[in-house]
Amino acid sequence: MNDIWQGLAQALRLVLGLDADLIEISGLSLQVSLGATLIASVIGLPLGAWLAINRFRARRVVIAVLNALMGLPPVVVGLFVYVLLSRSGPFGVLGLLFTPTAMVIAQVIIITPIIASIAHQAIRDLWADYHDLLISLNTSRAQRIRTLLWDGRRALMTASLAGFGRAIGEVGAIMIVGGNIDHVTRVLTTAIALETGKGEFGLALALGFVLISLAVLVNLAVHFLSRTERSGRW
Amino acid sequence: MTLRPLVLASLLALGAGSAWAEDMKMAVTTSFANSGLAEVLLPEIEKDTGITVQLLVVGTGQALALGAAGDVDAVLVHSRAAEEKWLAEGNGTHRREIMYNDFVIVGPAADPAGTKAKANALDAFAAIAEAQAPFVSRGDDSGTHKMELALWKDAGVDPAGEWYRAVGQGMGAALNTAAGMNAYILADRASWLNFGNKADLAIDFEGDPVLFNQYAYLPVNPEKHPHVKADLVEKLEDWLVSDTAKGLIEGYKIADQQLFVFNAQPK
Amino acid sequence: MVGSILPLALEDITLRRAGKVILGPLSWVLDGAGITVVMGPNGSGKTSFLRAMHGLERVNAGRIAWAAPLEAVRARQAFVFQTPILMRRSVVDCIAYPLRLDGVARKTARARAAEAAAKVGLGAMLEQPAQVLSGGEKQKLALARALVRGPELLFLDEPCANLDGRATREIEAILRDAREGGTRIVMSTHDHGQARRLADDILFLYNGRLVETGPKAVLLETPTTPEMTAFINGELLP
Repeated sequence: MNDIWQGLAQALRLVLGLDADLIEISGLSLQVSLGATLIASVIGLPLGAWLAINRFRARRVVIAVLNALMGLPPVVVGLFVYVLLSRSGPFGVLGLLFTPTAMVIAQVIIITPIIASIAHQAIRDLWADYHDLLISLNTSRAQRIRTLLWDGRRALMTASLAGFGRAIGEVGAIMIVGGNIDHVTRVLTTAIALETGKGEFGLALALGFVLISLAVLVNLAVHFLSRTERSGRW
Repeated sequence: MTLRPLVLASLLALGAGSAWAEDMKMAVTTSFANSGLAEVLLPEIEKDTGITVQLLVVGTGQALALGAAGDVDAVLVHSRAAEEKWLAEGNGTHRREIMYNDFVIVGPAADPAGTKAKANALDAFAAIAEAQAPFVSRGDDSGTHKMELALWKDAGVDPAGEWYRAVGQGMGAALNTAAGMNAYILADRASWLNFGNKADLAIDFEGDPVLFNQYAYLPVNPEKHPHVKADLVEKLEDWLVSDTAKGLIEGYKIADQQLFVFNAQPK
Repeated sequence: MVGSILPLALEDITLRRAGKVILGPLSWVLDGAGITVVMGPNGSGKTSFLRAMHGLERVNAGRIAWAAPLEAVRARQAFVFQTPILMRRSVVDCIAYPLRLDGVARKTARARAAEAAAKVGLGAMLEQPAQVLSGGEKQKLALARALVRGPELLFLDEPCANLDGRATREIEAILRDAREGGTRIVMSTHDHGQARRLADDILFLYNGRLVETGPKAVLLETPTTPEMTAFINGELLP
């Protein structure tokens, strides 16, 4: 219990003192995770919508694979990306290993299935709601997809935020492909793992509190921004 | 979506690394990084040579694997047999001994197995096995783990049973586990002194030369991996064996204890 | 201007679900003006009948022939469901949606939608989310949305099934207006009173078959089949 209070106090000291290292690793955490969330959303949201609307033979298989990928251990993803990006691997010449880009790639692989899967469920439910109406109004396929994406935008934002939450709290994969290099690829989660390893529980907890606050702030910011939109609450 | 410009900006920022700096990557063992010596040496290296050394802190096994794959430019580890095998496979150019520290047997302050009274490390290990006292093993193929296994072998003990817990984690995590279980553990002195969560643990046995822990610097073979920065690697090696390094290494103390003994030989 | 999409000729259409015939074989011609009310007990196939004509159900056999090309047919008819399907938008945006589909500019579409909303008594709640309306308001919104494109043909599936007397009266007034405006209406109901109040023609379905059809006065006063007679007299049909 004492550790927790110490951690909170230390977190406050670090934040209020605008600790340079803290700002650097928090900034990189945000960069990597927001970047990964953006890319994963661009892939995952339309994929989810497409799966919800189209009926094709392998659809069930694709959805089952997607759901299974949600449970993929990050360490496995990290290892997979490591093997690909390693100098001895197929993409070694790019020299991406142990860079923030490699961390973004790993996180995109981890969270795209989550975003696609949640988007699929949301759009599927909305499509079930709207189906008869949109057919009755003689909509084209493109009009249907546009309508569903727009009217489902809040659910889709939730999908993206779920992906972001997973990304910013992820440690297993980015530890392997990022390497936790000080000033280069160290982010909040890997710093927490490092400090825990040193037995510095107070500092580790402090970083943990910063991580939680950051995640909450991003969520609040997104909700605030979307609330100022014209069309009000749903 | 007011977020978009921000995210795009950060994506662009990701592309631009610190390309202008002279960077090299070195895989080092957790015990070296946890000792705190790296934080003393790295700024001095940068000041003297202009090289920014990016440390990848992993176990010896993984450090050598990263070197073999060409993902780092050099390796600083402490497991002679594994290093020589790695060199024999053509992964590196040579092995340069830099310094040593020592391992200690950490355990419950009350020392239930009576290791304190033993004449040497092997007897101390045998006493732990005899008493079936809880023992935490790194179990991660690290240099420390290899040292521990060698000690069990030489002590004639096959470590197995309820009392022997292989955690498969780094030094810090293993120490945390030992603190939680009030168990014996083999640790390098530096990690132990720097460890913040000692609980009821204390050094129960130390000082046997068998426990000395030799660190060696191994450049990755540029013939196998042409992209490695051989010139920087060489510059770093020259610095590591210099008198400047000697002074810093031997002057590094925690709780008034010198941790490392510099023993690099001039070429 | 394309000519009328009517008459619509149904020739021996059959609808099966899970191997069971739920409608047909049935032949009928929809033409003329006014309101045709489709009557029959639950499960007699009223909903399937309306949906098949509107194109929401694919018939398993038979032929549906319109007097105009299919594209025109699709654009010039509308459907009001028993349970209104409302989009997650404001009242005015819901009504404007069909116009937006036709490429009408946002501002124009919203202005016309506001007019349509005022006509059905929703003028005071344009910016409210559609989903918070009462049952009667929701159905009026659905009706305004169906009428906003000025359809030639309007289908309604039990539009007042879940509504109280007042809302029913308001909806019936809107439907009469639409009829005056020249919209051909086909609606189902199992409410005899509504049939008496609104119908010009009545069509009676039983077990998926068209049992009797004709002008309201004739059919309600002098039914010729035992099923229709029993239904009119309020007896429970097997």
